[in-house]
Amino acid sequence: MALTGVLRPGHAQVRVLDLEESVRFYRDVLGLVETGRDAEGRVYFKCWDERDHNSYVIRQADRAGIDFFGFKVLDKATLDQLDADLQAYGLATERIPAGEMLETGERVRFTLPSGHVMELYADKTSIGNGLAEVNPAPWGPQREHGIAPVRLDHALLYGPNVAEVQKIFTEVLGFYLVERVLTPDGEGNVAIWLSCSHKVHDIAFAEYPEPGKLHHCSFLMESWEQVLRAGDIMSMNLVPVDIGPTRHGVTRGCTIYAWDPSGNRFETFMGGYQPYPDYGPLTWTFDNFGQGLDYPQRKLHETFLTVVS
Amino acid sequence: MSHTVRIEDTGLSYACAPRESLLEGLNRLGLRGIPTGCRGGGCGVCKIEVLAGQFQTRVMSRDHVSDDDVAHHRLLACRVYPASDLSLKVIGKLQRKVCNPASVR
Repeated sequence: MALTGVLRPGHAQVRVLDLEESVRFYRDVLGLVETGRDAEGRVYFKCWDERDHNSYVIRQADRAGIDFFGFKVLDKATLDQLDADLQAYGLATERIPAGEMLETGERVRFTLPSGHVMELYADKTSIGNGLAEVNPAPWGPQREHGIAPVRLDHALLYGPNVAEVQKIFTEVLGFYLVERVLTPDGEGNVAIWLSCSHKVHDIAFAEYPEPGKLHHCSFLMESWEQVLRAGDIMSMNLVPVDIGPTRHGVTRGCTIYAWDPSGNRFETFMGGYQPYPDYGPLTWTFDNFGQGLDYPQRKLHETFLTVVS
Repeated sequence: MSHTVRIEDTGLSYACAPRESLLEGLNRLGLRGIPTGCRGGGCGVCKIEVLAGQFQTRVMSRDHVSDDDVAHHRLLACRVYPASDLSLKVIGKLQRKVCNPASVR
């Protein structure tokens, strides 16, 4: 299997209500690595095992939520081709110049029918993971600071027109549908999980009347033990936990949902399985959504459907 | 010293310390009466109107609390800290937006 086209989730920019309180949370509790601050006051983070300069950016604003979610693509030719493909499909695109985000090349930005701003880019400075490139140790001290996830894994976004969003990701951007939850009448999808890789999801969407909402950004942990350790660290630091630790039926991932100090939900996640593009999607009927969300408890937690930022 | 908070919708009263939010005080006692969401001023589900009493606030999302709301003490319970006995009513009812079949496309 060769990865081409869209490679992976590359960055999310999230709004916070109090910048320094949020920096302390993301750096010392979630255990991200702070990598820079820019002239606009944005603070840049990466997970310890990510090599590119940043994957999670926060800025102070008067409302919580997500500004945009970006994917890294293979190279500049891929970026130009996908830009042309998006325009040919009928979407307006915009070029954000290199350097507008620290250590990040030119970005192609477009808005989905769900109201979410998406970006594609080919270049971001590799600063490494703090380990040697020759004869590396398996991990270093950054893995022991706070929850310390491995990488930004995916996001779940809430908004309208999920069927149209699915067409854009599958017909233009090369993603495939991994799992879905049907509407109560079985005619459409309430929620979809999409992959551009060998992962159970690189991005997911759920139908919601208000556009542009963030359900959560997800951070990958290495083991179930590490997810439980994350839960301990959340409680030690009075982090409000939403759901878990438990296992999703959808994706089989093990999870905790919790909120940052501004009410942006995040997930510490591990597991799942390894789908390929030729697999057909797995389907959940609406009356089994509870098992899909929380398999042991078989419970459709109300906050999952109603609390977004 | 705790203050007494009364939820007019239900008649429930509970003790809430000045250092804890109206929502934390309620939840710490294992009581229900105000919908509980993110607890960080971002999601808006715990919206209340303070009818009487003194209080302090922390920053909350403008998506859910406008200037007019602030002027009329329509606030998020997770960001309001009592400075006297208080009475309130719940105005941010949780809405079943995704799971309500009528709203599904």
